[in-house]
Amino acid sequence: MKCGRCRAPAVIEVRRHNAGYCRECFVRHCGEQVRRAIDHFDMLGPGERVLVAVSGGKDSLGLWQILRELGYDADGLYLGLGIGEYSDESGRYVRAFAAERGWKLLEIDLAAEYGFDVEGGSRSAKRAPCSACGLSKRHIFNDAAIRHGYDVLATGHNLDDEAAVLLGNVLRWETEFLGRQHPVLPAAPGFARKVKPLIRLSERELAAYCVLTNIDYIVEECPMAGGNRHLGYKHTLNEIEERSPGTKAAFVFGFLERAHERFAAEVAEARDELRPCAECGAPTPGDVCAFCRMRARAVGEPIGVRSIS
Amino acid sequence: MRVVLRNPKREIDVPAPRNVSHLLRDLEIVPEAVLVIRNDTLATHDERLSDDDVVEIRPVTSGGAA
Ligand code: SF4
Ligand SMILES: [Zn+2]
Ligand SMILES: [Zn+2]
Repeated sequence: MKCGRCRAPAVIEVRRHNAGYCRECFVRHCGEQVRRAIDHFDMLGPGERVLVAVSGGKDSLGLWQILRELGYDADGLYLGLGIGEYSDESGRYVRAFAAERGWKLLEIDLAAEYGFDVEGGSRSAKRAPCSACGLSKRHIFNDAAIRHGYDVLATGHNLDDEAAVLLGNVLRWETEFLGRQHPVLPAAPGFARKVKPLIRLSERELAAYCVLTNIDYIVEECPMAGGNRHLGYKHTLNEIEERSPGTKAAFVFGFLERAHERFAAEVAEARDELRPCAECGAPTPGDVCAFCRMRARAVGEPIGVRSIS
Repeated sequence: MRVVLRNPKREIDVPAPRNVSHLLRDLEIVPEAVLVIRNDTLATHDERLSDDDVVEIRPVTSGGAA
């Protein structure tokens, strides 16, 4: 197989684009897709400071490198989740990646800073581990971006992630989540802007980008991920994609172009009703935000006593 | 030929099929969900395989609902 752009021998085929790429052309292709996503959705302005949430996996490390290569002022943020050997290992990958390049990495340790880990949060809040983990990440990433004065928080969600979440939301008609599902969430009081610049790239493209540019990332899966619903949706979507290449992209971009707006009103309404959490000040529909409630339960404190002044 | 699989990491020996795409089909692996790596670089689906090849089939799907 030959590269569709320069006729050199190809190293990867991307069926969605009906094309083979050589190493150089593929790396350029990845940068172009991120550039297009950033421009099309107005994700980042010139000179803005970007905080990239990095996990040690292919997506977030790939994103950090691509943003840097496109000239953005991007620092990394690593959150230690306390998931045994997996977390120790992923932390090592992130630190080595940042150190090799001399890029600035902020680190937060969930247990050291907040007194509980993902398993503890999951148990005490009676949430699935991924739900406790996701709640912690959203809260802490947002808080760190604001506290350290970044203009925007970037996460490594790729096309497959967005397609799987969209499928889950559609299957259950989660209208509020559908209204919130967008590659840019604008800043609001208490919320940093959040962007997903990898939305035009599949996981396979990200993994290939890392292999081809020698990014050493953690291939092992988080032990909590096994068999969760999200992974099941990804498999299903990949089987459909196999039979009809381009379906995942059509699903996600069709939704964003033609359906998202119909669900957006509900979100705006919900946002108007938020007020500061009594403990941490983050916007919440109740008195104490879901993260602070989980934290209090996990460390055995009554809810709402640790008020901000 | 030798095939290295991940998560968990393990190795199997199989007679070399004609090419990468046949290998994935024989192992019932959806091509969109993996990369095939030979000698530290990627192998496209039409690349021929021989009995003394060692390839890694690396899953690219990561979990996590968040
Ligand atoms: S798989 Fe679940 S628990 Fe593990 S890092 Fe991802 S969201 Fe967190
Ligand atoms: Zn080329
Ligand atoms: Zn709070």
